[in-house]
Amino acid sequence: MADLALALPGQGSSGSRSMWVLPPLLILAALFFFPLALIVRQALGGDGAVPSLHHFFEVLGSRMFIDGLRNTLVIALTATAGCLALGFVLSVFIAFTPFPGASIIARLIDTFIALPTFLVALSFTFIYGSAGMLNESLMALMHRDLPPVDFLYSQWGVILSEITVYTPFVLRPLLAAFSLIEPAQLEVASSLGARPLRIVSRIILPAALPALVAGGSLCLLLTVNEFGIVLFIGAKDVITLPLLIYDKAIQQFDYTTACVIAVVNVALSLALYSLYRFVVAYFGGRRAGLV
Amino acid sequence: MRGELAQAVPAMAAPAAHARTGAEASSGIRFEDVTVAYDDVVVLESLTLSVKPGEIVALIGPSGSGKTTALRAVAGFVRPRRGTISIGARDVTNVAPYARNIGMVVQNYALFPHMRAEENVAFGLRARGAPADVVRERVPECLRMVGMAGYAKRYPRELSGGQQQRVAIARALAIKPQVLLLDEPLSALDAQIRRSMLDELAGLHRELPSLTVLYVTHDQTEALTLADHIGIMRDGKLVAFGDAQSLYRYPPNRFSAEFLGRANLLPVCEVASTTGGMARVRFGPDALIARNHHGLPDGGECLLCVRPHELRLSPADAIGNMLSGIVRGVQWQGDMQNVELDVGGHVLRLACAPMHAPPHPGAALTVHFSASEATLVPEQSLRG
Repeated sequence: MADLALALPGQGSSGSRSMWVLPPLLILAALFFFPLALIVRQALGGDGAVPSLHHFFEVLGSRMFIDGLRNTLVIALTATAGCLALGFVLSVFIAFTPFPGASIIARLIDTFIALPTFLVALSFTFIYGSAGMLNESLMALMHRDLPPVDFLYSQWGVILSEITVYTPFVLRPLLAAFSLIEPAQLEVASSLGARPLRIVSRIILPAALPALVAGGSLCLLLTVNEFGIVLFIGAKDVITLPLLIYDKAIQQFDYTTACVIAVVNVALSLALYSLYRFVVAYFGGRRAGLV
Repeated sequence: MRGELAQAVPAMAAPAAHARTGAEASSGIRFEDVTVAYDDVVVLESLTLSVKPGEIVALIGPSGSGKTTALRAVAGFVRPRRGTISIGARDVTNVAPYARNIGMVVQNYALFPHMRAEENVAFGLRARGAPADVVRERVPECLRMVGMAGYAKRYPRELSGGQQQRVAIARALAIKPQVLLLDEPLSALDAQIRRSMLDELAGLHRELPSLTVLYVTHDQTEALTLADHIGIMRDGKLVAFGDAQSLYRYPPNRFSAEFLGRANLLPVCEVASTTGGMARVRFGPDALIARNHHGLPDGGECLLCVRPHELRLSPADAIGNMLSGIVRGVQWQGDMQNVELDVGGHVLRLACAPMHAPPHPGAALTVHFSASEATLVPEQSLRG
C-alpha cells in the first residue's frame, strides 16, 4: 500500500513530477538558505550597502580572527586525534577482549552521544576544577594550599572535554567495523606466529581504517563547531571561531564581523563535511571489501 | 568444463625443492586425557589420541561432536580443563598460539582481505622475523607449490573460493610448520572443486611426506581419501579410532558404521563362532555367516553390518548369505541405482550399477552377499 502511495506521483507527466521537489525546497529555503543568505549579505556590507569584500579582508587579517582560527583548528585536530586514539583502544578492548559486561560498557559509552556537550564540562569542574574532588584530595594529601592540578581552565580542559564527548562518535563505527572481522583471521594470524600487537597493527588497524577515517572526519566536523564546551569551561585566552561569533554578535553587537566569521566557519564546516562524505563514499563504494 | 575448472583452480604443482618447503621437523601430536569445558558444559571429554609424525589423521563426526574443539586445543585457542597436548616432544598445553609453530587452514579461508596473495603468504614469515631474502625466496616457492604463482598480486576478493583456499594453504606451509591443522578446509567449496582439491591435497602430502596433518571434517569421503587414520567423534568423545580401511570394513560400533559410509545394520542373534574368524548368526529365520572381527562372544546378540554396494541381486542358483524382501523404492542416481528392500520389517539398501529393467516397488527380491564382506558389530560398544 505504501509502495502504491509512493508510486502515485510518478504516474503523471515529468512536469507534474518535478512539482514534488518544490515543497521540500521551500522548507529548506525558509529554514536554511534564507538565513544563510542574510548572513552572507551582512558579511558583505549589510542592508543598503554595496556588496564588498572589504570586511572580509579586514576581519581575516585581524589578530583576533587568526588566533581564533588557530585555536579552533588546534583544539579540533588535537581532540580528534585523542578521540581516534581513545576510541580505537577502547573498541579493540571491547570487541576483542571478551569480558562480562562488554556490551553494557559499549552502550554506556554510547549514552554520551545523547547528552548535552556542556554536561561533561560541568562534571569536569566537579572532578578536576580548582575546588573539585581531585584537587581537594590532593591538597589534603599533600598539605598544600593551592590546587596542584590546574589544566581544566586551559586549552587542555577543552580538549579533554571534547575527547570525552566525541569519542563515542569514533567508537560506534569502529565497533561496527570490528564486528565484520572474521575471528578466524585473528586466530590464523596468531597461529602463523603473530603476537597481539602485530595482529592489531597489521590486521585490525587496516580493517578499521575506513571507520577511523569516517569517525575522525565526523569528530573534526563537530569539534570545529563546538560551542557549549568552550563556553562552559571558560578557559582563559581560548577563543574559538564559534565563541568569537558569539562574542561579536551577542556581546559587542558587531554583526558584520560576526557574520564574516560565521561565513568562514560555514565554509570550513562544509569543506569538512565534504571530506567526510568523500571518505564514506570512497571506502563504502569502489574500495568496499578491500579493507 | 574441464578447461574452466583448470582455470578456476590451477593444479597444485609439485615443487622441485619440496624438501625445503616441507615441515621443518617431523613432529607428531599427542592428546593425553584432554578435557575441554565451557563453564559446566563438557565439549571434549578425556581425549587420548596420537598422530604420528608425517601422518594424516582425520577427525570426523557430526556438528557438536568436539572435533573442531580438539583441533582448536592443538592450535591453542581453547585451553583444556584437564590433560596435556604435545607437539613433538614439547608439551604445548599452556603455550601461546603464536609460539606453537603450527600451520592452520580454516573453512572460510580467513585470508587477510587488505593484503595481496603474496602478502598473505609472507605474513607468517614476517611475523617470525624472517629475513627479507628468505621471504622473497619462499613466498613464490609456496605459491608455486599450490599452483598460484600467477596470482601473487591479486587481492583475495579477486580470487575464487578454490584459489583462496590454495593461498591459505600456501600461507600455512610458508612457515614450515611442525604440524598442519586443517579445519573443514573444503567445506565452503562446490562439489566439483572440492573433489579436485581433495586429489591435490593428497598429492601435496605425497610431496611433503614429513608433514603431520590433523584434518577435521564431517565429510567421510574426505576422511577416507586422505587419512591414514580416522577418529570418529560423538558428543565430545572419541568413539572409534583406527586406520581408514579397517574402520570402514570393521566398524567397532553402530555409530561408526553409520557415520563412515552407508551401512545396513540388521539385528542378529545366536552368535556361533566358526573357523577363520567367522561366525554364524541368525536373522529371523535366516542363518547368515559374517566376519567376527571384534571377537563377539557366542550366544549373544549384535548387529550385522553389510555395506549397500556389497549386496547383489541373487541369481537363481546363488548360495550363501541370502535375504529376501519386498521392494519399497528404487532410485536412479545416474551412475548408480539404489534399491530399498523391506526384509522382515527392516530396511535394507542395495546400491548397484544402473539396471535396464529395475524392480518395481512391491516386487519380491532376493539379494545375497559374501560372508567376508559382512561384519558383526557390537550394539553397545562406544570405543572399538
